[in-house]
Amino acid sequence: MKKVNLNDYAFTGITRSEIPDLRTLEASDKDRLLHAGVDVDSANSSAVFMHMDQTTVHCESRDPGVEVLDIKQAMAKYDGLPDYAWKLVDKDKDEFTKNVAENTHGGYFIRTRPGAKIERPVQSCLFLKSDGAGQNVHNIIIVEEGSELHILTGCSTAHGSTHAAHLGISEFYVKRGGKLTFTMVHNWGENATVRPRSAGVVEEGGVFQSNYVLLNPVGTLQMYPSIQLNGRGAVARFNSVIVTPEGSHVDTGSRVIMNAPDTRCEIIARTITTGGMNISRGHIAGHAVPCRGHLECKGLILGGGQMLAVPELDATVEGVDLSHEAAVGKIAQREIEYLMARGMDEAEATSTIVRGFLNVDIMGLDGPLAKAIQEQVEKIDAHAM
Amino acid sequence: MLKIEDLHVSIGEREVLRGIDLHIKEGETFILFGPNGSGKTSLLMTLMGFSGYTVTSGRIILRGQDITHMPMFERARLGIGMSFQRPPTIHGLKTRHLVQMCARGREIDPEALARKVNFEEFLERDINAGFSGGEIKRSELLQLMAQKPGLVLFDEPESGVDLENMQLIGKVVRRLLDGEVDALPGACATALKCKVRTSGLIITHTGYILDYINADRGQVLFDGHLCCEARPRDILEHIRSYGYQECIKCLNAPGGLQPLELTRTAS
Repeated sequence: MKKVNLNDYAFTGITRSEIPDLRTLEASDKDRLLHAGVDVDSANSSAVFMHMDQTTVHCESRDPGVEVLDIKQAMAKYDGLPDYAWKLVDKDKDEFTKNVAENTHGGYFIRTRPGAKIERPVQSCLFLKSDGAGQNVHNIIIVEEGSELHILTGCSTAHGSTHAAHLGISEFYVKRGGKLTFTMVHNWGENATVRPRSAGVVEEGGVFQSNYVLLNPVGTLQMYPSIQLNGRGAVARFNSVIVTPEGSHVDTGSRVIMNAPDTRCEIIARTITTGGMNISRGHIAGHAVPCRGHLECKGLILGGGQMLAVPELDATVEGVDLSHEAAVGKIAQREIEYLMARGMDEAEATSTIVRGFLNVDIMGLDGPLAKAIQEQVEKIDAHAM
Repeated sequence: MLKIEDLHVSIGEREVLRGIDLHIKEGETFILFGPNGSGKTSLLMTLMGFSGYTVTSGRIILRGQDITHMPMFERARLGIGMSFQRPPTIHGLKTRHLVQMCARGREIDPEALARKVNFEEFLERDINAGFSGGEIKRSELLQLMAQKPGLVLFDEPESGVDLENMQLIGKVVRRLLDGEVDALPGACATALKCKVRTSGLIITHTGYILDYINADRGQVLFDGHLCCEARPRDILEHIRSYGYQECIKCLNAPGGLQPLELTRTAS
């Protein structure tokens, strides 16, 4: 992993003023956000949150079933959120968590009402606009009993060249019978340093579904979100699509710890390197029975780069059912020939397969977001040819 | 339509086809019999242009054009279509999308085509992902209907198919060979009338497919040689009664390859 020197970034003094209407953002910023899955022109959100550089610039909820606040406001309003803040992520875990704990700039607090099924997604963007900026955010998400929520969060720099650091703590709480879908799209640049630190707990019958998309370059990114399934019947699913072009160094993984009977999990990662370093980790632990978990990392090297798949299974009781499947390879000749037999030339066949490999349909991104992602995929295609 | 002249093919060091001569006319359906390992599939793979099948001598002529060393996609565009026995799953590629791509810009109605093979509910599924034997056949036929080739290569249309599916598949294969596939709703009567019969080269073990199609000619492929040209039903009858042993005799007979003398052998 590239060594990160936090002194290279300014973690104070880069504040922004409130932006009451996100539609007034500069067109270039909007476009960058669109490629991070965020469509600020969309009316189809239950709430909208934006944090720019070191300030929460926008925060509104359009649905009485979901409360969205800047984290500092939430801490003030709820006496420091003693049951939630820094309960899942250790402040002293590393220099990044320490840095955020000592100087939190903002972040979101999102909580549903018990039983509220929020149909439209909450849209959030964490944006780095200034060169040299360091951003410390802390997010807390609470899905109350029996409620359902989809958060669509896009993280982006203003330019592909912006030299900046994003440190983000996220703590997820899915209560009994709750369901959280957390879709995160990253659109950084080759000079961005990114260190998310995320953890969550899921109670009885709850579901945590994570979708993650990274298709553009990033200087260095390292994360390993960890979910504990603590109640009977809880479920966690991670679904990631990651591309590392030359110059990118990406070390990501997902961890699920099954502490209760009847829990299930699935971790699926599809990764392509076109010249960068890609480390794909996965860890499933089974500590109660019955439980079932499956881990799958599929990697393709197109042109160059390095890929390291590290799948781990940890079982401590008799009767667990855990499996993993890791494969790093190239596009199968028989898949190419299958398509060529239908009249596609080799380039067409290859790009069709790559597009399928990176398919994000399952993540339910629609409209301009899906289109923006498609554009990114096509760029990778062109690069990979 | 297709002319094969003294075709020799090797996989690596091993010669699998040893001088094949075959002529399939426009609209003709030709049935290829032969025991396992005789080279039937290799012949189809070579005609389609798969990597790993090296033509060491001889020629393949499609509609007067030498395609012996042509890349696979160009053969497909010239009108060769193939039904795969064990096609690969392609993650994230919807059946609908592939069907569209098979048409290469021609206007088609994927729903209507899918209906013909009872496959509408698979259009949104990833191609071949978890498909059963019968589903693979229906999917392959759907793609061929969209592709609309002039020459169809079928490797065992009946393998892995239950009886109920066999009937459906048999009918669709027939329609495909009869050139009745892509009449878009509202197509004018002239368009319907001027349909052209498709040529077919079909490998069959069981012969079930013969119950559904009008096969014109047949031959046995044995140990890389073609022999025993006869009516497909007669060949089938003969193989059912005597197996392929007679083919060895036939090949070893003085004067080389002779037509199977059905009546005498059977009596």
